[in-house]
Amino acid sequence: MPDISDPNVQQNKRDFLRYILFGGVTAWLAAVLYPVMAYLKPPKQAEVVVNSVKAGKVSDFANDSGSIVKFGNKPVILIRNPKGEFKAFSAVCTHLDCTVSYRKDFGMIWCACHNGKYDLNGRNVSGPPPRPLDEFRVTVQGEEVSISKIS
Amino acid sequence: MKPTLQKLYAWVDERLELGDLIKFMAKKYVPVHRHSIWYYFGGVSLFLFIIQVITGILLLMYYKGSEELAFESIQFIMSKVAFGWLIRSLHSWTANLFILTTMIHMFSVFFERAYRKPREMTWLSGMLMLFLLLGFGFTGYLLPWNELAFFATKVGTEITGVVPIVGKPILQFMRGGDDVTGATLSRLFGFHVAVLPGIFTVLLGAHLLFVNRQGMSEPLHYADTPEKERKTMPFFPNFLLRDMLFWLLVLNVLAILAVFFPWELGTKADPFASAPEGIKPEWYFLFMFQTLKYIPAKVWIIDGEVLGVLTFGLAGFLWMMVPFWDRKSSRGEHNRYINYIGLFVVMYILLFTIIGWLA
Repeated sequence: MPDISDPNVQQNKRDFLRYILFGGVTAWLAAVLYPVMAYLKPPKQAEVVVNSVKAGKVSDFANDSGSIVKFGNKPVILIRNPKGEFKAFSAVCTHLDCTVSYRKDFGMIWCACHNGKYDLNGRNVSGPPPRPLDEFRVTVQGEEVSISKIS
Repeated sequence: MKPTLQKLYAWVDERLELGDLIKFMAKKYVPVHRHSIWYYFGGVSLFLFIIQVITGILLLMYYKGSEELAFESIQFIMSKVAFGWLIRSLHSWTANLFILTTMIHMFSVFFERAYRKPREMTWLSGMLMLFLLLGFGFTGYLLPWNELAFFATKVGTEITGVVPIVGKPILQFMRGGDDVTGATLSRLFGFHVAVLPGIFTVLLGAHLLFVNRQGMSEPLHYADTPEKERKTMPFFPNFLLRDMLFWLLVLNVLAILAVFFPWELGTKADPFASAPEGIKPEWYFLFMFQTLKYIPAKVWIIDGEVLGVLTFGLAGFLWMMVPFWDRKSSRGEHNRYINYIGLFVVMYILLFTIIGWLA
């Protein structure tokens, strides 16, 4: 049996209690904080994987125009150039997530948020966008225009 | 005092010993000098905070924080609820005036060097409240779920996403997912009406406690002014009455703004519509927004946005830390660089806000 009045033993006892207390508080904090942090992280929701959508009839889209088409939960911009050819790009501006539109007056894809411009091939030509818009494939079958992912 | 009131006072006094408090109040003096006018902007900010709490609670009675109902519930408040248009307009206008008065308050404190020792903590609590106010503005802006707010929130949250390492988790935390959706609305609503007001109230309590404990800051030149030439005015009732006169004036201005320039609601947000032309953030974010427009996509190997965000973040931090690096003012010496820095910042904000406004 060690002598409990020995100062070294007293010190060991104090240290032991300090570790228990410190460890206990840390474990308790972790046990509280972990569920809170996990709760705040939004759960992944199953998304319907869309590979292709029907945009409409050829006659729905005038030459020299652009329209936003729902592609799953993302917007896609369908452009019909003055010659009547179709092109489709992701409508999400590569700069800061705004939705782009077609500007007839300068024949470009334009983002209103920070004046970013893309040409009709989706290339970023002016303003802050750092990279081109992602391209989608447009197929015209008879009268039907459909848009699909380029894999 | 009427006998009943006197009795009530005696009852409370017996328990809380109000005498000390009254003696303390009676001893409070406000320095009178040519810059005394700036002392009123703290008080008026407090007044506007009270209006925000009251009108905010009133709006809560009818507002519905969901993607399907938010816009419609505000339409309902503005068109069907008696005086709903007034309450909503007041809340929006007050928010803007509130940020304006706190900015004036902050800059006047800066130029007067009132942040110097021993008032560092008062300055820090005030700066934190100013940041929280910007947070109030940002979170409140989305709540009507209109087109402008939708894109402003997309851009604002995306910008935090560019910050290295912590950016992406913060973005997801604020959006409640990868995109701005109803989940974002719920989160920002929670922040706007519960989290931010809670923190703000604690900071405000501390701020007021510090001010009362230390008294109003005196200008630097008071150190060389003989005691009898330092003019003062009792806080109670002289200063308080002037304070309240100013509050009354501001309330009138607010009433005029809310009645003759009702706050617009715009069109409902549609995640599948292009960003509308002429989209702009609120005026107090405009100078940062305008700066971001001028930074090229890539500066050397750093993304333009990252550079912009980090620079503003660092500038804001240094500004907040001014009592700790401006040692000269704390020693009671005149530091003219503070004037230069302050003037540069004021000019920068004014210039870029005007350019952004006109663009």
